[in-house]
Amino acid sequence: MDGPLTLGPGAAAPRPAGGRNLHRFANPGRFLRATGRLMPVLWAAALAVLALGVAWALVFSPPDWQQGETVRIMYVHVPMAWLAMGGYTGLAILSVMSLIWRHPLADLTARELSPVGAAATALCLATGSLWGKPMWGTWWVWDARLTSVLVLFFLWLGHAALVRAFDDPERGARAGAILALVGFVNVPIVKFSVDWWNTLHQPASVTRMGAPAMHVDILYPLLVCTLGYTLLFAAVVLARTRAAVMERRVRALQLARARREDATPA
Amino acid sequence: MTRKKRRLMVLLLAGLGLGTATALTLTAFQDNLVFFLSPSDVAARHPGGDRAFRLGGLVEAGSVERHTGADGRPTATFRVTDGPNTVSVTYAGVLPDLFREGQGVVTLGKLQPDGSFRATEVLARHDETYMPPEVADALRRTGHWNPSEGAAPPAASWNTAPRQGRVGG
Repeated sequence: MDGPLTLGPGAAAPRPAGGRNLHRFANPGRFLRATGRLMPVLWAAALAVLALGVAWALVFSPPDWQQGETVRIMYVHVPMAWLAMGGYTGLAILSVMSLIWRHPLADLTARELSPVGAAATALCLATGSLWGKPMWGTWWVWDARLTSVLVLFFLWLGHAALVRAFDDPERGARAGAILALVGFVNVPIVKFSVDWWNTLHQPASVTRMGAPAMHVDILYPLLVCTLGYTLLFAAVVLARTRAAVMERRVRALQLARARREDATPA
Repeated sequence: MTRKKRRLMVLLLAGLGLGTATALTLTAFQDNLVFFLSPSDVAARHPGGDRAFRLGGLVEAGSVERHTGADGRPTATFRVTDGPNTVSVTYAGVLPDLFREGQGVVTLGKLQPDGSFRATEVLARHDETYMPPEVADALRRTGHWNPSEGAAPPAASWNTAPRQGRVGG
């Protein structure tokens, strides 16, 4: 079916197989049907895993030998940091799809993704600051890790603002995609800042060469929390994208009706 | 070449150019991006006493002395080491909770003519180990680790150790 998200004049032309496979998911009707079945499962899984993870992390996991109970901030901070970077990688992939294949659903998803990614990054910065004051002795320092994550936060905000700044949504999406791809150079800088330069922020505990420098009684609840927050992140972004698709459809129907009423003389 | 292929090529080329430019910029500003100098950096570069900089490393075991200054403020002297080199530090003020021998610290201050470092700010640096108290106690009791000597032993030797003698849940 051809919804309000038409693919433009090029849509009818024969396409190579790869392009056709990608455009299968660009069909808004099929997207709504598939995600409609998925959404209840996704919400239920997110809430169940989060309930388990949060209870395990906040109540049943041990304190750290020198951080004490403050270590529990990490169970929010680390998943939010991973989501901030993983989500931005997702935004970059959507931007490539948008720029090369002119994938309209990728545009809509990117538009709905960036406020959620900005929220995750803000939570990462806020929880990190709350941890830093009692542990380091300062709320904030301008070391390479903290500064590059702040830049990541501004990139999320910039993308959210830029795609909404144009009267023509397609031009907004194009500009946002270019900004997102240029900003992607920051993601490896965030990840490797603690290895390339000496920073106040500690190096990676989980994703490092050799065994994780984290006891399993702390590591497992962290991984469960990460899965829970990731499912929640996906559910929120998908729900926003579904709402955006339906909004466009309503607007197109209203437009069509207005045109019909104009055409029939009263 | 289809339009899509051309757009893909343009994108790849732009990405390559941007990546190279970023890598070159970061390499050029390498010295400005470090948050602190280690005692070996200080020994190699001899930063002058007129500029404040950050000195980072581990607090040497047995080097911490705490006094009360003439004005009633707590003062501390300790040595910061990175293995081959050591710098002694004096600091007037309250030390962070995590400060202890064997802990990483980052101090801000100026070098004195006698080669010591007068700090105006001391931050504790946490390393990447996360360990329940019972496991840390067990490592200390069995002599596998003395926290005031430095970093914990390889993680694989303790990160699945059972938490024995734990109190409560």
